Amino acid sequence: MLSIVEQDFGTPRRATAKRVTLTIDGVEVQAPEGTSIMRAAAEAGVKIPKLCASEQLEAFGSCRLCLVQIEGMKGLPASCTTPVAQGMKVTTQNPQIADVRRGVMELYISDHPLDCLTCPANGHCELQDMAGVVGLREVRYGYEGENHLDAVKDESNPYFTFDPSKCIVCSRCVRACDERQGTFALTIQGRGFESTVAASQDEPFMDSECVSCGACVQACPTATLSEKTLIEKGQAEHSTITTCAYCGVGCSFRAEMKGEELVRMVPDMNGMANHGHSCVKGRFAIGYTTHPDRVLKPAIRAKISDPWREVSWDEAISYAASELKRIQAKYGRESIGGVTSSRCTNEEVYIVQKLIRAGFGNNNVDTCARVCHSPTGYGLKVTLGESAGTQNFDSVMKSDVIFVIGANPTDGHPVFASQMKQRLRQGAKLIVADPRTIDLVRSPHIEAAYHLKLRPGTNVALLNSIAHVIVSEALVKEDFVRERCEVPAFEKWRTFVAAPGNSPEAMESVTGVPAAEVRAAARLFATGGNGAIYYGLGVTEHAQGSTAVLGIANLAMATGNIGREGVGVNPMRGQNNVQGSCDMGSMPHEFPGYRHVSDTVVREMFETAWGAPLSKEPGLRIPNMFEAALAQEFMGVYINGEDLVQSDPNTQHVAAALMSMECVIVQDIFLNETAKFAHVLLPGSTFLEKDGTFTNAERRISRVRKVMQPKAGFADWEVTQKLANAMGYPMNYRDPSEIMDEIARTTPTFTGVSFDRIDELGSIQWPCNEAAPTGTPTMHIGEFVRGKGKFMVTEFVASAEKVNARYPLILTTGRILSQYNVGAQTRRTENNQWHSEDRLEIHPHDADERSIKEGDWVGIVSRAGETVLRARVTERVQPGVVYTTFHFPESGANVITTDNSDWATNCPEYKVTAVQATRVSQPGQWQKRFRAFSEVPENPVPAAEVFNAK
Amino acid sequence: MSNQSPKRIIPIKLERKTSLSADDQKAVHDSCARLKALPGALLPILHDVQSALGFVPKDAVVIIAHELNLSRAEIHGVISFYHYFRTEKPGRHVVQLCRAEACQSVGAVALEAYAKRTLGIDFHGTTADGAVTLEAVYCLGNCALGPSAMVDGRLQGRVSPERFDALIAAARQPS
Repeated sequence: MLSIVEQDFGTPRRATAKRVTLTIDGVEVQAPEGTSIMRAAAEAGVKIPKLCASEQLEAFGSCRLCLVQIEGMKGLPASCTTPVAQGMKVTTQNPQIADVRRGVMELYISDHPLDCLTCPANGHCELQDMAGVVGLREVRYGYEGENHLDAVKDESNPYFTFDPSKCIVCSRCVRACDERQGTFALTIQGRGFESTVAASQDEPFMDSECVSCGACVQACPTATLSEKTLIEKGQAEHSTITTCAYCGVGCSFRAEMKGEELVRMVPDMNGMANHGHSCVKGRFAIGYTTHPDRVLKPAIRAKISDPWREVSWDEAISYAASELKRIQAKYGRESIGGVTSSRCTNEEVYIVQKLIRAGFGNNNVDTCARVCHSPTGYGLKVTLGESAGTQNFDSVMKSDVIFVIGANPTDGHPVFASQMKQRLRQGAKLIVADPRTIDLVRSPHIEAAYHLKLRPGTNVALLNSIAHVIVSEALVKEDFVRERCEVPAFEKWRTFVAAPGNSPEAMESVTGVPAAEVRAAARLFATGGNGAIYYGLGVTEHAQGSTAVLGIANLAMATGNIGREGVGVNPMRGQNNVQGSCDMGSMPHEFPGYRHVSDTVVREMFETAWGAPLSKEPGLRIPNMFEAALAQEFMGVYINGEDLVQSDPNTQHVAAALMSMECVIVQDIFLNETAKFAHVLLPGSTFLEKDGTFTNAERRISRVRKVMQPKAGFADWEVTQKLANAMGYPMNYRDPSEIMDEIARTTPTFTGVSFDRIDELGSIQWPCNEAAPTGTPTMHIGEFVRGKGKFMVTEFVASAEKVNARYPLILTTGRILSQYNVGAQTRRTENNQWHSEDRLEIHPHDADERSIKEGDWVGIVSRAGETVLRARVTERVQPGVVYTTFHFPESGANVITTDNSDWATNCPEYKVTAVQATRVSQPGQWQKRFRAFSEVPENPVPAAEVFNAK
Repeated sequence: MSNQSPKRIIPIKLERKTSLSADDQKAVHDSCARLKALPGALLPILHDVQSALGFVPKDAVVIIAHELNLSRAEIHGVISFYHYFRTEKPGRHVVQLCRAEACQSVGAVALEAYAKRTLGIDFHGTTADGAVTLEAVYCLGNCALGPSAMVDGRLQGRVSPERFDALIAAARQPS
């Protein structure tokens, strides 16, 4: 069913420069060459009836409703499939055309249930609209003939219903699945009158290849494919554009509302990041926002072994403030700090770090980006001059060679993956470097030219050997390097990578990738046209995470692939606002805008703006906070929406650190794993309950708009403000827009940003200032932000996490489409129907050796801890490597990951843990202790017993 | 220097459970291996599989989809579009009756009615004893000698009801 406000122009926009002039119904009209008559007419305000056409899909010409008359042409051509031509004279309405359209409509309606009044699409049904438009007054064939009215509904998908009795076989769903999503899960089966829509081999949607992205539901002109919430609640009465709070793609959605009740989330056609596409999370997995588990009342307790005591907001805030002040008085100014959240808005992150820097008087602020993309911030700043990706998403449509390393876009960033797959189907070449055979390596209609299936922990070795080929085979873009980069640094780098030790042949034994493949892939990347690099946590979450980011930037510079569309260095940022939270000064050493706290000019500016003295010493990073806590030097922490216990490595270490603190304040929408160690619980608000902005992976700042009152009474920024005031540091923002105004005043890359300006432009990619008043889609054009690009020498150092006889396998971790990170949200939705437990992927050889069969319980032991997961025996992983996701706390994936971390940023080395796997009969000790601790609210089992026992 | 180093993507093995016997799986894999380099390989492969197994089993689609890097839905769409392709095991003998114009003009309509009546099945059906499957075909190129039929791949002309009975009886003889 159509969204309640969108206009659809029928066929996609054509961006050709040449314009042609034609006449439509006697009016002269201009349109870009290649535009359909239908679109040209719609843009001129002439609506041609249509059913199978949608501007999201290529023209198909099957419904025969959009026929027009064209002077000099025989018959009545379809206006959707006929492109405009110079001098064409088109008639869209006359008695003959009307007759044909009415005839076509009669046929449709003769086989359609006439239950409009009780139909979920009533009033927004395109079939109903078209019956009105063509003036259908009778159906001469009657309704008694053969028909599809008894077709059985498919209710298998938890989020939408397929009712084939209402289907007009326009193929829009099939085409949406093919063209937009790129999954090809739907088809038209049979022929003639027997044609019907089928999922895969005529099976329930849930059993089929469908990934539940919702594109088919959105494309359906009738109620055949309808959201279950729409069927249940009825149509919305208003809608608000907002930004999805799941991943770093940052899709724009229309929240369709009935009062304060959400009816459905529909991807916004004008969204610059998603262009009207969505995935199963943002589109459907919204139930968590009203889940009964939501924490709605503040609570406090003196000891974590005490039961929670629900208190008023005032009591909770004043207790928290007094505890923080008491700790500072006892242990010193540096003894408290906080953690900002990449799930919260820019405005919220900004005031949390402001509270810590100006209110707490230290720089002990860090962010969950520490554990994901901190090496990106470091590596790209050093080489290019700015801690962010260089492109917008649309840039991929101009790429010729796409190099994906350590990222799994179809699971982690599904909406962008669909766009990337569109480009691959157009013929761009793909190189994948990943220890696993991810879906992108090979799935319907796409196939990588090379899959460099490297061993975990050897990214730097692989990148160096690729660079070696480019240098030694004279594939460097010398002009670019001489003009745009620091030449001495380049020469030093060239000498380094040219060394025989970095050749693919020498590195083959390290990476496990055949040298010939590395050579071929390197040649393809260097010579195949526009080369774009996309990378994710498979690059950053390593002991050499920062080195690998430097290596990626080196490759892009050496091949001249930076500073224009179609190329660039593209970190696939994980969380919805991880880019933003870093931009907002979440790192202990940097003020907003990545300016070092030791920079006197900047610090003095902030001291004036914030009215408080600021420390010039960088504060503690998260892992340092844990160490300091264990040393009784860091005793109080304000954790804003991050689940440290589940998401940080070495769970038992994290737990021990939290247990040694005197005041842990958790602000979250759920009682997460970390909250089990908290003394103050402040209810959080979801993205539907507050105003603000998120910044996605392409530096795009988009508005988050409040569509309902915060369930617990206050938006997160209001809670932080209350805490600040209670601490004696005044904050009096009346609205988040005032916070953004302050950000704009204090941060040069944000000077031109304001809520009003975002409303005007839709979204803004920073830098946005006098030099770039509408934002910056592509960075480093003509000149790098740092002036000259800087090559960095990237010596490969093997991970300290070595395999040996005791721990012979390497465990690496990742994500899956239906669940999101620690799963706090998605586990509280029907998405569990796709993925209800984390499993251990193990290669058949390794499984055989250990007599492990599919579904067996497998004990996994590392140097840090042990857990038990069920096995999935698969060739997706290579021999010697096992893999799991970390969406469920009881899986204890991070019980086994170690303290090893990136040398530059302390980003944990989640991706490499040496383990042994053995078949066991039962869930492990970890799960048993976890359950005993989790299931009884009063925590009768002392936490110490759970988390300290080995 | 060249970019023409051989492409080396080793597709992971199929992980869906299959109801196909090892021999049938091999037959499908063989068809794919032999024909997948052809442009538009799907139809030749489907023909080849049907001629090897007598039909295109549901689980054969899984293998073909994997080999051709298509979705199962796409292949299902093609199979279901062509009446010629069967997804169920046929009877031991397949009888195809021509329904094209030339045969119709010399008694095919009556023959069709007779065949359906005596076998007790419609087109695409199989007799209860599993002996005979009846299919329609649109021109066998034997127009001068209609009505035409094809029994187990062998062309028959001038098929009267009597000759039809004889053909069926002969086919049903244990060989």
